[in-house]
Amino acid sequence: MPFVPHTEQDIREMLAVIGVESIEDLFDEIPPELRCGKLAKVPAGLSEQAVTRLMSRRAAADGEPLCFIGAGAYEHHIPAAVWQIVTRGEFYSAYTPYQAEASQGTLQLIYEFQSMMTALMAMDVANASLYDGASALAEGILMAVRSNRKSKSQRILLPRNAHPAYRSTAQAIVSSQNIELIEVAYDEAGGHTALESLAAHDGEDIAAVVIQQPNFFGVLEEVDSITDWAHSNGALVIAVVNPVAMALLKPPGRWGAAGADIVVGEGQPLGVPLSSGGPYFGFMCARQQFVRQMPGRIVGRTVDRDGRVGYTLTLQAREQHIRRSKATSNICTNQGLLVTAATIHTALLGGEGLRRVALASHANTRALVDRLCSEHLQPRFNRPFFHEAVISSALPLPRLLRPLYAHNLQPGYELEQDYPELADCLLVCATETKTEEDLDLYQGHMARVIEKQTTAGCPVQPKMA
Amino acid sequence: MLIFEHSRPGRRAPSLAPATAAAVDDIPAEFLRDQPPALPEVSEMQTVRHYTRLSQKNFSIDTQFYPLGSCTMKYNPRACNSLAMLPGFLARHPLAPASAGQGVLACLYELQEMLKDITGMQAVSLTPAAGAQGEFAGVAMIRAYHLARDDQARNEILVPDAAHGTNPATATMCGYQVKEIPTDKQGDVDIEALRAAVGPQTAGIMLTNPSTLGVFERRIKEIAQIVHQAGGLLYYDGANLNAILGKVRPGDMGFDVIHMNLHKTFSTPHGGGGPGAGPVGVSNRLEPFLPVPLVAYDGDEYRWITQQERPQSIGRLSAFMGNVGVLLRAYVYARLLGREGMHRVAEFATLNANYLMKRLQAAGFDLAYPQRRATHEFIVTLKRQAKQQGVTAMDFAKRLLDFGYHAPTTYFPLLVPECLLIEPTETEAREELDGFVEAMCQIQQEAQSHPELLHEAPHTQPVRRLDEVRAARELDVRWNPGA
Repeated sequence: MPFVPHTEQDIREMLAVIGVESIEDLFDEIPPELRCGKLAKVPAGLSEQAVTRLMSRRAAADGEPLCFIGAGAYEHHIPAAVWQIVTRGEFYSAYTPYQAEASQGTLQLIYEFQSMMTALMAMDVANASLYDGASALAEGILMAVRSNRKSKSQRILLPRNAHPAYRSTAQAIVSSQNIELIEVAYDEAGGHTALESLAAHDGEDIAAVVIQQPNFFGVLEEVDSITDWAHSNGALVIAVVNPVAMALLKPPGRWGAAGADIVVGEGQPLGVPLSSGGPYFGFMCARQQFVRQMPGRIVGRTVDRDGRVGYTLTLQAREQHIRRSKATSNICTNQGLLVTAATIHTALLGGEGLRRVALASHANTRALVDRLCSEHLQPRFNRPFFHEAVISSALPLPRLLRPLYAHNLQPGYELEQDYPELADCLLVCATETKTEEDLDLYQGHMARVIEKQTTAGCPVQPKMA
Repeated sequence: MLIFEHSRPGRRAPSLAPATAAAVDDIPAEFLRDQPPALPEVSEMQTVRHYTRLSQKNFSIDTQFYPLGSCTMKYNPRACNSLAMLPGFLARHPLAPASAGQGVLACLYELQEMLKDITGMQAVSLTPAAGAQGEFAGVAMIRAYHLARDDQARNEILVPDAAHGTNPATATMCGYQVKEIPTDKQGDVDIEALRAAVGPQTAGIMLTNPSTLGVFERRIKEIAQIVHQAGGLLYYDGANLNAILGKVRPGDMGFDVIHMNLHKTFSTPHGGGGPGAGPVGVSNRLEPFLPVPLVAYDGDEYRWITQQERPQSIGRLSAFMGNVGVLLRAYVYARLLGREGMHRVAEFATLNANYLMKRLQAAGFDLAYPQRRATHEFIVTLKRQAKQQGVTAMDFAKRLLDFGYHAPTTYFPLLVPECLLIEPTETEAREELDGFVEAMCQIQQEAQSHPELLHEAPHTQPVRRLDEVRAARELDVRWNPGA
């Protein structure tokens, strides 16, 4: 019996203490007509060795391709120490730290995490995590509507160049509370949110403006002027940022004259493997004055009876287990173990290490764009970018990319599925994990494919301009 | 000592970061950070030592008996972790083509199928990231269902007063009013109150069965009938699914939508507060509304089902596919257990709970529902001790830490005064349960002879009881040496 330690003798004696004949008797309060049968679709149990073989085969089938996809999930080197410590049983198999005295490890770690995130974002307060970046944006929007005392509006300006999956997640989560998400167009040439497209909303009652930096196209937004515009219109600013980028770029707390009000984002780039999309973690920071409107756990520093410093969950009156239907969110379990990884990762790299990761990722993407761009491939936008860029193809994109997959190379993210207006546009990302050889390999394969497809006799012709 | 206090300017762990140009020349200064963030500057060894030491200040399943009611703190098999972290799984980008993910998709698909069978539901979506997100998905589907039928008057969700706080919080998040239904003296839902509460305004009811009172809701079929007749739907909170695995299925009880907590029933780690996974299962009529993405198998290849194929879906709940790594751990667990192991989960969880309950009762502790069978958990009430000896459930809980046991859940459910909700799980050996009983008995004696031992507990932990009022009043949530 896997994971059940009882011997026959244990069972006999325990049943005698209870005063029943059989284990079956313990289920006598369940109406017999409801009892279920055999679980026909659950296969018989396997030994650990057999499961190991099965899983190893499946993991190997997924391979370890050369990946140039970013689009919200980024391959970074994770120091070996990170997951060796994260998977220590004392972190791995602990519960939410409700018994503070027996959970000081987790609690202090979360306090350190909050400190790191506020430092990186230049904000006052942080929570202990949300599910992921997209759901964190939804919570940020709900929080902004609760927090904005100047506005009675339930309207949020959400740029089209924010992550498409974040936009649809936010829509799914906030729509039942009658919050309206209003799309803001991006600049056709620059890919950024131009102040002119916000100007259409001058004087309107808006609860908050979302700014993603860098935006989904990798393009840098003019965060200062957008922040000032939002504040002058009585709207709060919700920043969506990449934490690694913030080691290099201006942090949200310094945007414009007053800084962003709420900051959310995907924490995955800080020590969390790609892992098909999760588990990752969402983070959230805010100004001090909004701390009581934050969702999720917050850890505070205090003292014990002897005056010794200790850590505990605090402001719990915001949360569902106390406030029930009046809570700031229904969130309970968050992404604690990933926060453990991010905290250790950030400690190991430090500000300078993260800045180097950001610089190297930017330089690699710049180098990749330079190598790929040629007669048939051109940068789509003309503004500065961080570690992703959009490349526009004069040839039908799927036919260029298909042969690359066969070389175990994942060339980027095709934008047409989310942006019909960006057909034949590819979002590429080369983080610090890519070497010169990797970039050469991509360039070489792409050049050969283009050559094949453009030589005479080939059915694929360049599109008409 | 905080990691920040180990920091010295200029200290580095250089092998961990890439060599690169010191500055950037193609991003204008207005976009750049002008001051480095105040992050720790520490060596690799300092970091490893610091966090290893921090880990040692935690109670965990791997180190202690952890009978935390309603949380199902059972052993997290190590194989589940190591196999979910195989390099092929970790390296896969969420937006990589499905053709380059047939291994992980096969696991997810098979998990979906097993969960359907285990719960008796028609379809399952794995994507919710935790129980509360599963609840959100479930109630959002109930809402979408009523709206699709143009039944706009249903603005109320019924929630028993014993429910987890996430239930009413979720109903509010989905735009509903919450109406509480009382519990009768036996721990069952008050059927007459329920009859009086339902009506054309009822969107549905959220129920946990077995309830948080540690008893099976015996009149569940009648409840289902009453709610269905009023046009409402039944939501099953799967927090306590461990108690009935392989014994009775929510689908057979009449539930229309359920969520499961894989971090409870399927033994994925709690991680100090997540990640979880909260898949949802639905009956036929709710299938079109399931959150995306789902995994499909056409006999040849696994692929994603997205919103395009499911236009009525409530949408996506996270940027990608939810907590895939957690789902893989649950899949490995299910394969290790298999059909027979699955049945034994509920059997031995129930055996352990009833054994522990009887032994504590025999030792003189009062049960909240002495006439009822325990499910996988049960409630001891210390009301008498509080009155006679002035010791509270909190005192008992803190003193248990000194004996090396994590405290049971205290002060929940709210209905039972001075309560301890105790869930031993199936993975604990009898001698561990006996040790817990001995500790409880000794604490009971101390309550009479030296009550201050309880009031001032814990005595053996890294800190003693913390000043929570000060934590909230003088809010200090980040290292800020300049302040």
